Amino acid sequence: MKLVARIVSTFLLSVAVIACGGREQASGNTSKGSNTNNKPLTIKGSDTMVILGQRLAEEYMKKTPGAVVQVNGGGSGTGIAALINGTVDLAQSSRAMKDDEKQKAAKARGSEIVEQAVALDGLAVFVNAANPLQSLSIAQVRDIFQGKVKNWNQIGGPDAPVVLYGRESSSGTYDYFREHVLAKGDFAPAVQTLQGTAAIINAVGRDRNGIGYGGIAYAKDVRPLAISDEGKAAVAPSEATVADGTYPLSRKLFFYHSQNAPERVTKFVQWTLTPEAQALVTRVGYFPLNQQ
Amino acid sequence: MNRGRRIVNALMTGVFSVAGWVAIVFIFLIFLFTFKETVPIFTDPEVKEEANLHKFFAEQEKGETVSDRYIWQPTSDRPKVSLWPIILGTLKATFVGLLFACPVGVAAAIFSSEFAPAKLREVIKPVIELLAGIPSVVMGFFALIVLATWLQDAFGFTYRLNAINAGLALGFALVPIVYTISEDGLSAVPRSYREAAYALGASRLQTAISVVLPAAAPAVFASFVLAFGRAIGETMILLMAGGNAALTSFSLLDPLRTLSATIAAEMGEVVVGSAHYSALFFMGTLLFVITFISNTLGTWVIHGMQRRMGGSAS
Repeated sequence: MKLVARIVSTFLLSVAVIACGGREQASGNTSKGSNTNNKPLTIKGSDTMVILGQRLAEEYMKKTPGAVVQVNGGGSGTGIAALINGTVDLAQSSRAMKDDEKQKAAKARGSEIVEQAVALDGLAVFVNAANPLQSLSIAQVRDIFQGKVKNWNQIGGPDAPVVLYGRESSSGTYDYFREHVLAKGDFAPAVQTLQGTAAIINAVGRDRNGIGYGGIAYAKDVRPLAISDEGKAAVAPSEATVADGTYPLSRKLFFYHSQNAPERVTKFVQWTLTPEAQALVTRVGYFPLNQQ
Repeated sequence: MNRGRRIVNALMTGVFSVAGWVAIVFIFLIFLFTFKETVPIFTDPEVKEEANLHKFFAEQEKGETVSDRYIWQPTSDRPKVSLWPIILGTLKATFVGLLFACPVGVAAAIFSSEFAPAKLREVIKPVIELLAGIPSVVMGFFALIVLATWLQDAFGFTYRLNAINAGLALGFALVPIVYTISEDGLSAVPRSYREAAYALGASRLQTAISVVLPAAAPAVFASFVLAFGRAIGETMILLMAGGNAALTSFSLLDPLRTLSATIAAEMGEVVVGSAHYSALFFMGTLLFVITFISNTLGTWVIHGMQRRMGGSAS
C-alpha cells in the first residue's frame, strides 16, 4: 500500500513541477515574441484612470481591427509594480513614477521607461451636500486630514464631528494628496480608507459630516469645495480652472511603458494624444492636455 | 479475493491516502511559506531596523491619547508599524460578533432541538445552515449599504462604519457555526436524561436549561471556539463594513481595521522583501497561530465530549 502511495505521490509531484516549469517558459516566450498583432495589450494601474482607460480602449478597439486592450485597476502603485515585474505592457498612474521605481523598471525590462502624460485631472475635496461649508484653504484641509480639526465648528461649519474618508496607500490619489496637501505629513489614524474614489463619494454622500477627496470626474451627489492656496482667493474646481492652472490641486495622469515595448503599446499611446482621443478624455470628465 | 479486485482495492486506497496527505502537506507548506516570509524581521538587518517585535508591540510615539502613541502607518516617510490598532480592531469585531452570535445561535439550537415540532425543525435547520452559504462579500455589502444606515439612523452614531456594524455583520456569519454544532450536541444528549428530568417533575423549559444544556456544554463551548476562529480570520465583511481606519481605540463606536483586512488591502502594493511586506506576513503568521490554536481547542473539546456522552457530535 505504501509503495502505491509513494508512486502516485511521486507522479503527482513531478506533474506539478513540470506544470510550473512549463508556465515559466511560456511567459518567457511572451515577452520575446511580442510583436504578433492580436496579443492583448494589458493595462493596469490607477483606480482613478480605470474609466478613462476603458473608454479609450473601447474606442481604440473599434478603430483598430484585431486589437485587444485589457484595462485593470488596483492603484497606481500596483500598476507600477506590475510594470516592474513585467506582467503588464502599460501602467496607468495618477502620480509621477519615482526615480528608484524607474531604475528598477529599467533594470527589469532591459530599457528605459517612457513617460507620457495623457490628461489633466483636478483633485477635489468633497463634502456632503447638506454641509453649508463652501470653501477651505489648503492649510485647513491639511489640518482636517491630519486630525487637528476634529469638529466642523472649528472652521466655520456646524457643531458636528468631522468624519474622514480617504484612499488606501496603494492609490496614486493618496500619494498626491499626501504630498501636495499634507506636505508629506501623515494622515490621521482616524481616516477610513476605502477602495476607490467611487466608494469615497458613496460614503460622503451618505454621511452628513463626511469629507473625502478624489478625482473631479467622480463628483456626484456630493459637493466639491472651492480651494484656496495661501493668500489667494478660493477657486472652485472646473474644466476652465484646472486647464488654466488656477485651481491649486490639479495633476497629470500618466501612461508608462518601456522603450522597447512592442508596437501595439506605442501605437495605442500615440493614438491617445490625437484630438479624437482627447475629446474622449473631456467626455469622461478629465481635461485634455496642451490647451495653452 | 480475485486479483483484479485486489489491484483496484490497492489503487483506490492509494488514491485516498494520497489525497489525505496532499491536504496535510498543503497546510504545512503554506504555513512554512508564511513563516519564511516573516523571518527577515529577525534576521535581515535592513528589515529589522524598520520592523521588529519591539516596534510591533512597544510604545513608539509620544502623544496624549493611545491613538497617537500606537500607529500603523507603514508607508509614511517615517514608517510606524505598531500592531496594536489592528489587533485591537480584530478583537473588537470578534467580540461584538461573538456577543451577537453565541446567544442567538445557542437559543436557536435549544429551540429547534427541544421545543420545535419535528416538521418545523426540518425547516429551521437547513435554513440556518444556508446562512453559512451566503458569500461574505454579500454580507459585507449588506452591512455597508443597509445595516450601517439603519444603525446610524437608530442610534445616531458619529461613524457609519464602526465595530458594532462590522461585528453584527460578522455575527450573522457566525450564527450558523454556533447553531449547527450546538444543535448537534443538544440532540446527542441521550433521551434518558430528559425522561429522568420529566419523572422528577421538571417542566420542558427546566429540562432544557438545567439538564440538556449542561450535558451538551462541551459542544456549545466548542461551537464558540470554532466561531472565534472563523471571526478572527474573516476578511471581506470587515474590510467592507468596518471602515478600515487603523485607530487605537477601545470604543465600539469607532471605525476599525482587522489583521486580515490589512493584509488584503495592503498586500497588493507592497514591495516584495520590504519591512512592510514582512510585517504583513507576520500578521498572517499571527492569524495562522491563533486560528490553529482555537480550532485545535475546539476539536479537542468535541472529542472529549464524544467520549463522555458516547454519542456523536458532528
